[in-house]
Amino acid sequence: MSEVRYTDQHEWVRIDGDVATVGITKYAAAQLGDVVFVELPEAGRKVGQGSEIAVVESVKAASEVYAPVGGEISESNPVLAAEPAKINADPEGEGWFFRMRLADKSELGKLMSEAQYTEFVKSL
Amino acid sequence: MSDSTNQNLRRTPLYALHIQLGGKMVPFAGYELPVHYQPGILKEHLHARAQAGLFDVSHMGQAALSGHDPAAALESLTPADVRGVKDGQQRYALLLNPEGGIKDDFMVARLDGESSLHLVVNGATKEGDFAYIAGQLKARATLTPHADRALLALQGPASEKVLSRHAPAAKDMTFMKVARMDVAGAPAIVSRSGYTGEDGFEISIAAGDAERVARTLLNEPEALPIGLGARDSLRLEAGLCLYGHDLNEDIDPVSANLVWSIGKRRKADRDFPAAEKILKLLSDGPREKRIGIRPEGRAPAREGAAIADKTGRIIGRVTSGGFGPSANAPVAMGYVETAFAADGTEIDLVVRGKPLPARVAPMPFVPHRYKRAETVSKAG
Repeated sequence: MSEVRYTDQHEWVRIDGDVATVGITKYAAAQLGDVVFVELPEAGRKVGQGSEIAVVESVKAASEVYAPVGGEISESNPVLAAEPAKINADPEGEGWFFRMRLADKSELGKLMSEAQYTEFVKSL
Repeated sequence: MSDSTNQNLRRTPLYALHIQLGGKMVPFAGYELPVHYQPGILKEHLHARAQAGLFDVSHMGQAALSGHDPAAALESLTPADVRGVKDGQQRYALLLNPEGGIKDDFMVARLDGESSLHLVVNGATKEGDFAYIAGQLKARATLTPHADRALLALQGPASEKVLSRHAPAAKDMTFMKVARMDVAGAPAIVSRSGYTGEDGFEISIAAGDAERVARTLLNEPEALPIGLGARDSLRLEAGLCLYGHDLNEDIDPVSANLVWSIGKRRKADRDFPAAEKILKLLSDGPREKRIGIRPEGRAPAREGAAIADKTGRIIGRVTSGGFGPSANAPVAMGYVETAFAADGTEIDLVVRGKPLPARVAPMPFVPHRYKRAETVSKAG
């Protein structure tokens, strides 16, 4: 079973072993509106938890995406360049941004569970 | 936006309707207005180009200018040929400060058989504009703001069909014509104009009639409500300036590439604010010029992005930019040194610290489809 955690910047991260898949939440996608462009990291790039790693542009505005955990990027979603609308259509599935090898599992402890994130969104 | 700021925001007569229609309300020009409704900016934009969109632009300032010869008086503040505006006609004009900087851009209309002029200015600048115009012209003309009027814009190729069901006379108007008529039984000032590049109308009505008229128009199958987000992307694709972004008091009409709004007679008579300075810029060429920009990739460049030449030297700035849903590409406008202003010139836009290749491009990015008198239903 994979485990999904959330940040207060509205990223989700799904953990399968030491592989983390990252994207933005349904809430974030709805707030952004129609996504028209996404800038994704290249494989091999190393990032620390909370650092800027991708950019998502909607018709409205540009927003930064932060790495929910530290590690090394292993791949970016190849379909998003041609079909950025996938981010609105299926933000927590086909609209994933990138995968990374997790550096330190203990960083997951700083993130929210699904129940905690749901509460957090309600409070906004 | 903090709550204390929100408390100072004004509401247009259509506020309740926006809420009922699911509008996402944001502060704009001192008002709470919908940035988009349920469909979102992209779909709203495309709908306005394909069918008809209804916009609430009641935040804009409307006023009457009356007096012995209000057109002659107004010409002391603008280089437009106001005296040449015929009965039933409207014209785009620039309000200039004494140094020739652009205080605002506005519409001036002369209604058939009426001695006063009807003005429509930008919402964010209306208080300042009205105080300035009233003060400057006080010996010659009287400015009467119409704070009790709403303004609706109906834009898109189906606008004529939609409006003429409730105002049959609208059908016979051509671009930039203006007339009084009833719309769904409400007395209105209707002009065939707008700010999307599409055929369409602007409808000035009493605040008390606004919601009923808006609902009547929205009941038509072709019409959908459109928010500020799509209003901005539509006007940008149409190459039209947004005051406070593409125009301000430090920018003159020549640099802004709005020389067409200076009347021929006015150029000859050299009798508008800073005329000598502006006509010298016209003959010598301005230091910088407003241009259209097409980024080469898919990444949009937003307002404030620096523009560099291919050696990395900063030569200008983006003043409006985003994604054009109808152009299906990023589009922008901005100012560059005149030597780089020719269409096709290769430039870089500095986005997130990296150069984004782009080219200077002709505007509009999407052809205008106005219903002009001489070329009725010209498809652009």
